[in-house]
Amino acid sequence: MTDIKIKITDRDGVLHEIDAPTDMNMNLMEVVRSYELAPEGTIGICGGMAMCASCQCYVKSDHVLPEKSEEEEAMLSEAFNVRDNSRLSCQLHINETMDGLEVELAPEEI
Amino acid sequence: MIKTDILIIGAGPTGLFAVFEAGLLQLKCHLIDALPQAGGQCSEIYPKKPIYDIPGFPEVLAGELVDNLMEQIKPFQPGFTLGERAETIEKLNDGSFVVTTNRGTKHYAPIVAIAGGLGSFEPRKPLLENLTKFEDKGIAYIIKDPEVYRDKKIVIAGGGDSALDWSIFLADIAAEVTLVHRRNEFRGALDSVEKVQQLKNEGKINLITPAEVIKLNGSDRLESVIIRKTSNAAENITLEVDNFIPLFGLSPKLGPIGDWGLEIEKNAIKVDNTLDYQTNIPGIYAIGDVNTYPGKLKLILCGFHEATLMCQSAYQRIYPDKKYVMKYTTVGGITGFDGSKKEAPKAVVKAID
Repeated sequence: MTDIKIKITDRDGVLHEIDAPTDMNMNLMEVVRSYELAPEGTIGICGGMAMCASCQCYVKSDHVLPEKSEEEEAMLSEAFNVRDNSRLSCQLHINETMDGLEVELAPEEI
Repeated sequence: MIKTDILIIGAGPTGLFAVFEAGLLQLKCHLIDALPQAGGQCSEIYPKKPIYDIPGFPEVLAGELVDNLMEQIKPFQPGFTLGERAETIEKLNDGSFVVTTNRGTKHYAPIVAIAGGLGSFEPRKPLLENLTKFEDKGIAYIIKDPEVYRDKKIVIAGGGDSALDWSIFLADIAAEVTLVHRRNEFRGALDSVEKVQQLKNEGKINLITPAEVIKLNGSDRLESVIIRKTSNAAENITLEVDNFIPLFGLSPKLGPIGDWGLEIEKNAIKVDNTLDYQTNIPGIYAIGDVNTYPGKLKLILCGFHEATLMCQSAYQRIYPDKKYVMKYTTVGGITGFDGSKKEAPKAVVKAID
């Protein structure tokens, strides 16, 4: 089993450096939830189907991430607070290449 | 006033299955849901997605699951108040409840079961200055009566089915329809996308993409919007309009239920999972995704179990003096309130010569 380090800035601006497992079939949204970095019910509302934007994050490091799927692209085109570096964290599956990744959670849509 | 035995708030899979379990106990149910159709998230968010963990169904589409549940509960004649949100609750002296919706519909029941999932679906609102100022003064997020838009100049924003479908529908009614979307690609049924293309070619829909509405102008009412084209040659377009309809889908909010005096933890309602999923207010239960307890899993199959135990407890509250013995449907069959009867065919007992 191997863990990678990920830096996550939560919605209050607090930086968390956490270990994320690469062998548990987890995506970044699930990692955020497992560490409770955003209140339950405010992130991953659709469960990870790229059908809401509650898990939107901004990628701050220059890691090469898998390209956005049509579904992710479409959802982000209707989300708010979207920037060029926006991703849906539920679509980012944790793997070794993401070691050292830095992301910031997008504000909650109200 | 609508009267029932168990008032269920939320018509998702858990709420629907509760009707079945209540029906076996001869208890009547009525459901309230903010969405215009039953099924909750299964119908609203992912009707075409397959679900693989419903016991006995190796694979079932969420929409099909809802259709099946509706068929299963039909004999128990549930009532529905759809398109209305449960707003307030009042506890009467006899221990029963009156729940009133945002449209003033009143429901009376001795038992309230909240099966509200993630909450009621509210329209997602774009982040624009003065947005609330123009609400109902030119801005609406839900189209209730299309006639309001007859001969009006309207702009619709969004890239999903509802933006496409309403643009098509209003093209015949409104004086002018402009559809604004951040991308050139739309996510919707192929028919709808093609129809919008056709109406655009015919000049009946004015399509502006990739673009977004960035500013709202007007003194008392909305008078114009500024649309920013985000293609290579960025430009701002000022468009005189009577109405702006942002259609960015819906997102769930716990909403008024959060103010009912129930114990809330992590945006969910705390319940007694050792017994019957009752909340801190006797007579009010919370089942399915809306509740929380140690080890809670937000799964449809867990909601079904919770609904079943809730109904047993509700029965005891309504009939404290009756002794009830659980009967298997294979033994007792199903007797609907509509007079229908389903039961296992009798085994053949016949001598062989």
